[in-house]
Parts: sequence; structure tokens; C-alpha cells
Amino acid sequence: MQELWEALVQAVNLIVSLDPEVMEISWRSLYISAIAIILGAVICIPIGGLIHFHDFRGKRVVINIIQTFYSIPTVVIGLFVFLFISRAGPLGGLQLLFTPAAVIIGQMLLILPVLTGMTISALNGVDKAIKDTALSLGASGSQAIWTIIGEARFAVVGALILGFGRAISEVGAAMMLGGNIKGYTRVLTTAISLETQRGELVLALALGIILIAIALVINVIVNIFLQRY
Amino acid sequence: MAMLQAVNVEQRRDSKVLLKGVNLDIEKGEIFVIIGPTGAGKTTLLRILNLLDRPYSGDIYFNGFNATRSPGQILQIRRRMAMVFQKPAVFNSSVFENIAYPLRVRFNDRKTVASRVEYMLGITGLSGYGKRKAKTLSGGEAQRVALARAMISDPEVLLLDEPTANLDPSSVKIIEDLIIKFNKGNGVTTVMATHDMSQGQRLAHRVGVLMQAELIQVGNPSQIFHSPDSIRVAGFVGIRNIMNGKIIAAESGIATIDAGGSHIAGVSDLPVGSSVNIYIRPEDVTLTLQETASSARNTLNCTIKSLSFSGSLCHISLDCGFPLEALVTRKSAEEMQLGEGKNIYASFKATAVKILQEPNGR
Repeated sequence: MQELWEALVQAVNLIVSLDPEVMEISWRSLYISAIAIILGAVICIPIGGLIHFHDFRGKRVVINIIQTFYSIPTVVIGLFVFLFISRAGPLGGLQLLFTPAAVIIGQMLLILPVLTGMTISALNGVDKAIKDTALSLGASGSQAIWTIIGEARFAVVGALILGFGRAISEVGAAMMLGGNIKGYTRVLTTAISLETQRGELVLALALGIILIAIALVINVIVNIFLQRY
Repeated sequence: MAMLQAVNVEQRRDSKVLLKGVNLDIEKGEIFVIIGPTGAGKTTLLRILNLLDRPYSGDIYFNGFNATRSPGQILQIRRRMAMVFQKPAVFNSSVFENIAYPLRVRFNDRKTVASRVEYMLGITGLSGYGKRKAKTLSGGEAQRVALARAMISDPEVLLLDEPTANLDPSSVKIIEDLIIKFNKGNGVTTVMATHDMSQGQRLAHRVGVLMQAELIQVGNPSQIFHSPDSIRVAGFVGIRNIMNGKIIAAESGIATIDAGGSHIAGVSDLPVGSSVNIYIRPEDVTLTLQETASSARNTLNCTIKSLSFSGSLCHISLDCGFPLEALVTRKSAEEMQLGEGKNIYASFKATAVKILQEPNGR
């Protein structure tokens, strides 16, 4: 118990003193997951819109499949991307394996289903009368669609923040695709895993506290947005 | 030329007929009120007029131009109209942005938008509301925003679907005044659906009665509310004392009708033997304590079944061999000491008896 307490105090010290290694790892974690979420948003919001605004056969099935993939294991994503970008894979020539880009791709794929599915439910949550109102006030078809997406903005932003939380806290894809290379692809989760195994509990604990703090901040932001929505 | 015209419009959903054979001419600059019970098809008709829905068959002409046959022109034509829905859907933004919307989608510049919105806020009594979140407004305020938003693009036709349903009386008054103001001031042709008969009477230049998917009578308010040409309309506009019977004698324009054993004289040219529906407006029935010689052709001995006072009037239900309702002033009811069970004479002129030939097959 005494040991744990001392470790905790030292961990807080590392954070407060802005230890270069801790800061560098945290910063990398943030920007890798942020890029993943931006790419994911660019892909998922239009796809969610397409699915929402078009009636086609099997729409229900497609939405069910998307929802099933909400909880796809991160190691499966890691394995899947690994097969594609490893030397022998179809995209091996791009030499992406063990680069930050590989981690970004993995995290982006991981959150695609959540972002798409939640975009669809966000659009579903918009009052059906909004579309008629927009059209009757002179909006063209595409202007009306943008208006509806605008009405769903709070729920969509909520989805993005939730996706960011899932991306930054996953370890499987980051480890398998980034390789946990110090100063290059080492992020919060992979560093915690490694330092714990090495017995560097103080460093692991400091990184863990930062990760929890990020999760906490994200949760607060999500709640504020959802309340406004 | 009519501003807006529906020709033989029919609408269906699945196999249910929502509108059939609707022919309607809306004249430029008028307030045309569509009245009818809930579910009659009023909203369906307005949506078709606004080109939001395509009719199953039939055509809509805007200013003589066939809009249903030119899908490429629909946006341009719809931009010359605006519609306000029963439940005002406000965008999740400020009042200013809500009202500005029609100008934004028409790519107006920022200065025009700002000055037009300010003008509309002023005219609808919403000055100072610009920065408020539209979702926080009361029902009456939201409907005013919806009206301002509809009128900001200066449309030629304004379509209103039950614009005052669920509003408190003072908000109703404000909305009605605005509708009149826009019609007179901007000359906007207005088509309004309502189930509120008195609102129809207050606002309409002309009225159309839509019942069970059919437009069954179009006319000016006094025709619709005082001499409807069918029993269905009479019943809907609240005319009491509707009976059916048969003409048993006809002499120099005066017909005697047998209505369930009682004989009633009315003005009609229909031949003996015709099945007819008749109605007598309660205010045309005169009550006297003694049988007096008067010009009224019909005098019946009746018993008072019940009285109900409302304001300065008294509604009296009578039993004259058939049920009859009469409307007298509270003062005369008190003077005559009317009460339940009292025996009394009810009289009405032959001209007060409206006679409608029963449609075939009924």
C-alpha cells in the first residue's frame, strides 16, 4: 500500500513537472487519435447521410451490421490492417507498417462503424417536419439535407467525441501496427503496457492518470453537448 | 387567370384515397379558407399545392403554368410560395437565423438579410428576439417566427395549415391580424386550412368545404355558413334542426313536408313525393306563450326540454313531436319565465325552412 502511494505521488510529480517523455507520448497519442477521428468524420458523416436519406432494400440489415461492428475487437482490426500493409500484403509497397500512419488507419477503421451508426441515429432524431419546412421555404433538395445535418450537429459532435475516446484508449491496433517504437509510434496505451511489464510502475501510473484525465474531459464535453442537444 | 389552380386532383396513399376530384381556383390576392373536419385531406391538399407532394393524378397550375408537368421547374415555382405548418418546426438556431433561412438558401447578401430580418421582426412584434434561441419560444411566438420566416422572401402565395391550432386566444388574435396584414399590405394570395369555423368566417374572402376527401362546396362565407347546399355541409358548419322528410303537398311555391308525422311548410319548387332534407336555423324560431296570429306559416305546440344560457343568449331544446332548437335572448327568456316542462308555441316562417333535395341513393 505504501509503495502504491509513493508511486502515485511520483507519478503526479512527473505530470506537474511536465516530464518531457510523458508530454511527448501524450501529445503523440492525442494527435494520432485526432487525425483518425477527422478522417473518420469525413468518411462517416456523408455515408451516414447517404444511408439515412435513401430508402433501399436491406437498409435495416445494413444498419444492423454497422451496429454489430461497434464493438469489434481492436486486435482484430490490428490483424486485418496488418495483413494489408505488411511486406507481403497488397499494400506492402507503401511501407506503412510500424509508422504513425498505420496506427491512424487502424484507429480510423475501428471507429468507422460507431461514427456511421451514430450519424444515422443523429439524423433519425431530427424532427421530420424540418425537411418539409426547409423545402417549403425554398431550399433545394441538397440544401434541405445540409439543413437536417446541421440540425443534428450536436448529436454528431457527441458521436465524434465518443469515437475519439474509443480511439485514444485502444491498445491492440496501436501495438500491432505501430510497434511501440520509442519517440516514433509509442502512444499512451502502448507505453503503459510496456512500462508495466518492465516494472516502471511510476511512469506507467503517470501515463494512466493522463489517459483517465483525457477520458474524463471527453466525458464532460460529451455531456455538455448532449444536454444542449 | 387564377393564381393557383388544382384540376381534377386525386391523391392516394397505399390504396387509400386521400383526395378525389378536387377542382379549385385560388384568385390572386384573396384569402381562401379550406374548412373541414380533421382527416378530411386539408393538409394533403396544401402539400400538393406547395408542390411538396406529387398528386396521384391531376394537375396544379401556378399562374397558368402547369407545375406538375415540369419537374425541373418545381424549385423555382415553390420559391414563389411559402408554407406554414400546423406544428411550427423551428430550426435549432437563433430567431434571427430562423427568419433569415429563406434568404440564405436564395443566396442573398448579408446586408439584405440583416435589414430584411430586422424588418420582419418588427412587423411581427418580435423586435429584440433576434438573438433568442428559437427552441425556447412559446407556441404563439414560434408561430409568429414561422410567419415572419415564410413572408421574408415576399412570396406570391402563402399556404397556412391550421396556423392557430393549439394556441391561446390572444396568440390566435395576433396571428389572425398578421395574416390580414400580410394579405392587405403585401397582397399575398393566402390559402389557409382550418377546422375552426369562426376563424373561417373572420378571415375568408371565399371558403371551400373539404369533407371525406372531396371539395363539396365553394362559396363566400355567407353562402357556406348560412345557406349550405347540402346536409353534410350544414351539419359541419353547426346548423341545428336538421330533419328529413317527404313533400306531401305543393302549392304555389309552398311545399308541405311530412317530417316524422309533423307537417312543416317551406318554400320549394320540388315536386310532391320528393325526399328532402330540411334545416331551420335556431335564431329563426320565435317563441310565444300564446298561439298568436302571425305571418309565420308554421306554429307548433311544444314542451321545453332544457335551457342553457351562454352570455346574453339562451339555447332552448324543444319537443314539438320532433326535437327543435331555438335561440332567444336571455332577457326574453327571463321575461317569458321559460323553464323546463313549460308549454310554449314555436313559430317560424316558410322562408326560414331550407329545403335540400336528398341526393340520389341515400
